[in-house]
Amino acid sequence: MNRGQVLRWPYAVRYGTGRSYDADVLVIGGGIGGAWAAIAAARAGARVIILEKAATERSGAGGAGVDHWQFAADNPGSRVTPEELAQALVDNQGGYRNGISTYIQCASGWSALEEMERMGGKVRDTDDEFRGAEFRDEKTKLLYAYDYTNRFVLRVLGHNYKPLLREECRRLGIRVFDRVAVTSLLTEGGRPGARVVGAAGIHCHSGAYLTVRAKAVVLATNRPQRIWTFSSELRGISTFQPPSCSGTGYAIAWRAGAEFTMMERSMRSPFSSPYSFPPYGSGNAINTWYPCTVVDAIGKEVPWVDAWGRPVSGVAARCHPVEGQKFFIMGGGSSSQPHPGLPRYLGPRPIPDLEARMLAGEFTPPFYADLAGMPEMERKAIWGIMVGNEGKTRIPVMQTYTAAGFDPERDMLQTYDFLRGQGMRDPVLPQERTFGEQGICGGMLVDWDLMSNLPGLFGAGNLVFGGGDHSHAAATGRYAGARAALYARRSGAVEISREQIEQEKKRVYAPLASSTTGPDWKELNAAVARVMQNYGSEPKNAELLALARTWLEDLETNEAPRVSAGDPHQLMRVLEVHDIVTCAQMIVAACEARKASSACLHFKRLDYPEMDPPGWHKWIVIRKQGEGVALSDRPIAFWGDFEGNYALRLAQNDAATGAAARSAAVAAS
Amino acid sequence: MDEETIVYALPNRTTPGNPVLFDEAICDGCNRCLTVCLEDVFIPNPQKGKPPLILHPDECWYCGPCVDDCPLPGAIRLNHPLQQRVRWKRKDSGGHFRV
Repeated sequence: MNRGQVLRWPYAVRYGTGRSYDADVLVIGGGIGGAWAAIAAARAGARVIILEKAATERSGAGGAGVDHWQFAADNPGSRVTPEELAQALVDNQGGYRNGISTYIQCASGWSALEEMERMGGKVRDTDDEFRGAEFRDEKTKLLYAYDYTNRFVLRVLGHNYKPLLREECRRLGIRVFDRVAVTSLLTEGGRPGARVVGAAGIHCHSGAYLTVRAKAVVLATNRPQRIWTFSSELRGISTFQPPSCSGTGYAIAWRAGAEFTMMERSMRSPFSSPYSFPPYGSGNAINTWYPCTVVDAIGKEVPWVDAWGRPVSGVAARCHPVEGQKFFIMGGGSSSQPHPGLPRYLGPRPIPDLEARMLAGEFTPPFYADLAGMPEMERKAIWGIMVGNEGKTRIPVMQTYTAAGFDPERDMLQTYDFLRGQGMRDPVLPQERTFGEQGICGGMLVDWDLMSNLPGLFGAGNLVFGGGDHSHAAATGRYAGARAALYARRSGAVEISREQIEQEKKRVYAPLASSTTGPDWKELNAAVARVMQNYGSEPKNAELLALARTWLEDLETNEAPRVSAGDPHQLMRVLEVHDIVTCAQMIVAACEARKASSACLHFKRLDYPEMDPPGWHKWIVIRKQGEGVALSDRPIAFWGDFEGNYALRLAQNDAATGAAARSAAVAAS
Repeated sequence: MDEETIVYALPNRTTPGNPVLFDEAICDGCNRCLTVCLEDVFIPNPQKGKPPLILHPDECWYCGPCVDDCPLPGAIRLNHPLQQRVRWKRKDSGGHFRV
């Protein structure tokens, strides 16, 4: 906008007014998990509503695209079983990964992808661009990633999967309300801890109030961002996941009385630092760029080794397990904080002591990802289906860098390893943390129905603490949507509490009446981040965490109520930061409750330095009780038997949604 | 200096302030970018047929659907913050380039 230009708010404003709707299944968050949940619920015959803060057509962390379809052990080329893979994924995190949602992903990731193919998504190399490549199956034309022997991660052309999901919602008659920020769950009688019967929120353009009464609710919102890092001056709002993912789902479920676990886990965050570079937009050897060769400033190649430090020679060997492994989960090294996982699941990677050897003079910085020197098929895969389809790389990296003259056949993209702080890949400081980078994060405790302790409240995606990737969101969304529809079928009519709504309205619209002498929402967010950097980072102890708790209470009581909003969009942002304060409080409560250090949880207590003592090898569960926090715990593998629990529900889900009949029809054709 | 020059008292701009750049000669103001934006960065231009206005540049996630879904190629392009520009080296010549 031109400097000094002042315009009227462009949308009609209707604060406080608004309509009420009815649904069998309400889905909160129309990202990947939410869209899949809505589609499954609608296929099962439910009347479905989606409330989405952004625009369902592209919203969600994977709305801009997907390149890897992870852990689909049910795909026809896989040489590992869902049981093997799910157990490995759980074991690799020391047990701290939701086995339920992980198993659902491993056992149904491929059937979700087949469903995407039927919606029009491109899943196979039908143009034969990669004919003859080692990672291609010539019969099915499927393309694989990482471990070419075992073939349980697929390379997909997913840049338009989200618009296709939106189109399917339209086809199924799902009512989608975009630009609606949910502000609270509604419970029976308005009581915390009671059955969930709907939700309420505001429209981000009009400010209108909207309520939905529903027999079942699927919460499919992303993990909280902006807890430890916040700077809008360096890179917009610096977050790896979309900045609007403010942990609102966590905060509203917390206020309603839902149980949460693993909230104490946080880690250094190479992608959420305001000083990092566009994700997968600088040279590296992991994920989207796996297995790219890295060279130093004078062209010397960085050697690769296996999990036990043995040399791995040549590019082709990077894509197969080594002696002592049946399969590997991911290779390429890791982010700035070394993964504490088990060697038997760790793939080949550039030497982990590269920094020491560089400082000793063996290598010369800066380093480069030598795309030009890669074998043709691998180069075309990286700077093609991977960078061309991964979320946040198609336009920001592929198109933008190409327009600036980058040529994958001639050029080497610079890495920023070791140029700021320690470690590989956009190194960051210990305080530049996130609640979860890729992979898992803490979340809402759920059972084999993906239902929480609150009857009628289901979860999907990141929120169910089993995985942070696209196929996990798709598989768990699909499963939770079917379970929610079945739950709604058995339910009679539900009632929402007018009193709860009136109370909520007062809270939600209060920032409109605040004076502008208080802090702005951005200033409050930055203050939360500063508190968490200082007192909820590395290291932790009882006094530091007590100070974090005290500081957050101060902010909640004194500053948060003084943050003002001038229009509906700002109102949404202010309420987001209120939720961020709540999420930070949940995190601190969990950190105080775990009186032991844990490598797998990236959790270091100076006052309890012993790493992973057996007595603390359990899930810490927190729940809001009055103004306090109720604590409990669960045994590590609380989910019991994978196959038995899953098979029973899969049959019910497939019968309800007609998935089995459709698959059979496709197989017959 | 021209006596008619008017100077206003204004606060500093929000930066980075141009997450995308529009080509007004190509953009027809269809607001497709605004519709798909994850962060509600834009508002419609009061002048019909003109590109949307960037009201919240500080909230941009630099994800790209606004560009990917634009029906008129070249009407909108992504513009990384200046401190986010990555460099590369040409293998044969050693020449150094940047975004």
